[in-house]
Amino acid sequence: MVNPMATATHASMLGSANPGATAPAVSGDSPPPLKAESRGLDFYYSNSFQALKSIDMPVYENKVTALIGPSGCGKSTFLRCFNRMHDLYAGNRYAGQIVLHPDNTDLLAKDVDPIEVRMRIGMVFQKPNPFPKTIYENVAYGLRVRGMTQKNQLDDKIEESLRGAALWDEVKHRLGEMGSNLSGGQQQRLCIARALATDPEILLFDEPTSALDPIATASIEELVTELKKKVTILIVTHNMQQAARVSDYTAYMYIGELMEFDKTDTIFFKPKRKETEDYITGRFG
Amino acid sequence: MAVVAPNATEIRGLIRKAKRWDVIFVSLGIACLGIGLLTFATLFLDMLIDGWSRLNPEFFTQFPSRRAGQAGILSAWVGTTLVMLVTAFFAVPLGIGAGVYLEEYAPKNWVTDIIEINITNLAGVPSIVYGLLALGLFVYTFGLGQSILTAGLTLALLILPVVIVATREAIRGIPGIIREGAYALGATKLQTVKDHIVPYSTPGILTGVIIGMSRAIGETAPIITIGALTFIAFLPPSPISDVPPFVNFEWLKAPFTVMPIQMFNWTSRPEAAFQHNAAAAGFILVLMTLLMNGLAIWLRYRLRKNIKW
Ligand SMILES: Nc1ncnc2c1ncn2[C@@H]1O[C@H](COP(=O)(O)OP(=O)(O)OP(=O)(O)O)[C@@H](O)[C@H]1O
Ligand SMILES: [Mg+2]
Repeated sequence: MVNPMATATHASMLGSANPGATAPAVSGDSPPPLKAESRGLDFYYSNSFQALKSIDMPVYENKVTALIGPSGCGKSTFLRCFNRMHDLYAGNRYAGQIVLHPDNTDLLAKDVDPIEVRMRIGMVFQKPNPFPKTIYENVAYGLRVRGMTQKNQLDDKIEESLRGAALWDEVKHRLGEMGSNLSGGQQQRLCIARALATDPEILLFDEPTSALDPIATASIEELVTELKKKVTILIVTHNMQQAARVSDYTAYMYIGELMEFDKTDTIFFKPKRKETEDYITGRFG
Repeated sequence: MAVVAPNATEIRGLIRKAKRWDVIFVSLGIACLGIGLLTFATLFLDMLIDGWSRLNPEFFTQFPSRRAGQAGILSAWVGTTLVMLVTAFFAVPLGIGAGVYLEEYAPKNWVTDIIEINITNLAGVPSIVYGLLALGLFVYTFGLGQSILTAGLTLALLILPVVIVATREAIRGIPGIIREGAYALGATKLQTVKDHIVPYSTPGILTGVIIGMSRAIGETAPIITIGALTFIAFLPPSPISDVPPFVNFEWLKAPFTVMPIQMFNWTSRPEAAFQHNAAAAGFILVLMTLLMNGLAIWLRYRLRKNIKW
């Protein structure tokens, strides 16, 4: 399956002298500043299975970009490239680039330390995964890894992050309790606070609400909308309504390829490709 | 009355039949458990009754003697305690280190596979073989003598596979997503291991350590092989003293005996009076093992309470 739009974007990128100024494949008026972009990204799992095929996609600053597509199309694989999660397992291989702006760092370059990448790009997982430590220590962990040891500095930062994750009022009197004692939705917000504490430039969410009830889901969605003022967000979701509600841009993926990328409104109301429309309207997927 | 679906009687019949197996299985399980418990209780009580006359404070504070009534287990329990300390000192860090390395660092290839098979096999090697190895290596090659250090090292080798396997199992029990959570915050491998992997697997590691130590405390064959004394009427030099530097390690080089050897020595005496001594010593040895297990259960409970995924 060929994706003419992606190919076109790729070609224009190759021809561009300044990669940051690449015209993204978006309809309508001039797009917001770029935070990152994937250029000709291929990804191979250790069994040589190619899970991503030449993906070109912009990620706009302080916007929410949703990744949608049928199960197994490579959304998680793509997301996990952004923080080099695949490096944890031997034999996985990337080709192409993910360029982070404004410094034009290729996140996938061999000489770029994945730990540095993960310090700049945070992640929230599908299933809440608080450490079996106290609420306080959960949020403190990323700061401690960065060498912060002063109690008052930590305290301030932890309060700020918990407030940022809309959890402070619920836990301010029980910071010494185990994170696992919280409800599922609270645990997920704790994980968001944990990721926020270190001021990431991009936050990756992989189906953050799929393990939560509708009320907890609504609070996370609200939070995502709030968070984009500070941080650029990439979110994988299986829920079309969720993508429509929280995202500014949407990418539709199919069997390892990026089929269509555009403003969320355009994708949902005037998709250019038949396949996208079929998937969104539920005729397929 | 609830509305009953037409085939309800049939379903109920099926359930009743299936539940019968539940009852049979539970009865079998209880019977097995009962046999085990009864055997242990009988042995334990038998030793207690046989040794009752000897279980007084002097029994713990007297050295062995030619006269059964005056013989005690002082040198044996001190020897056992010191040997166990040395065993734990070497086996725990080595075992955890090896387990963590194999799980978290070692590349998954045929070399690791061979190491893995070897470790599993080591756990099944008869303890006397460890004794022979120790005699050649520690006593003769390294010149450590027939000492507490040699015994501790020998038993450490013996229980190392158990500690390694327990460590690996405990680490495998940590969900991958917790590990990924740590890495996603920018932790290095060592930080992840030190702040997450090892703390969360401590309860499991502890279980392995205690199982190993319980095995080591009763080992006789390898200790005899390396040449522990069977009759010893003095204690190793004290590890602490009142003159600088206050601590010394002379005790590591001292000759010694341990509880099971003392027991063995007494059971091989013809006089009946010594059999009471042996029973009393056996009772104390089992008690020491039970105490160790109790401590492990308590610690495990304390630590596990806080670990939920
Ligand atoms: N560790 C792996 N090794 C080999 N192939 C893998 C591995 N993980 C995923 N894959 C394959 O890569 C493809 C993309 O998987 P991915 O998890 O990215 O899908 P996804 O879009 O996130 O799906 P879902 O919506 O179900 O989460 C699938 O075909 C999957 O089978
Ligand atoms: Mg996925």
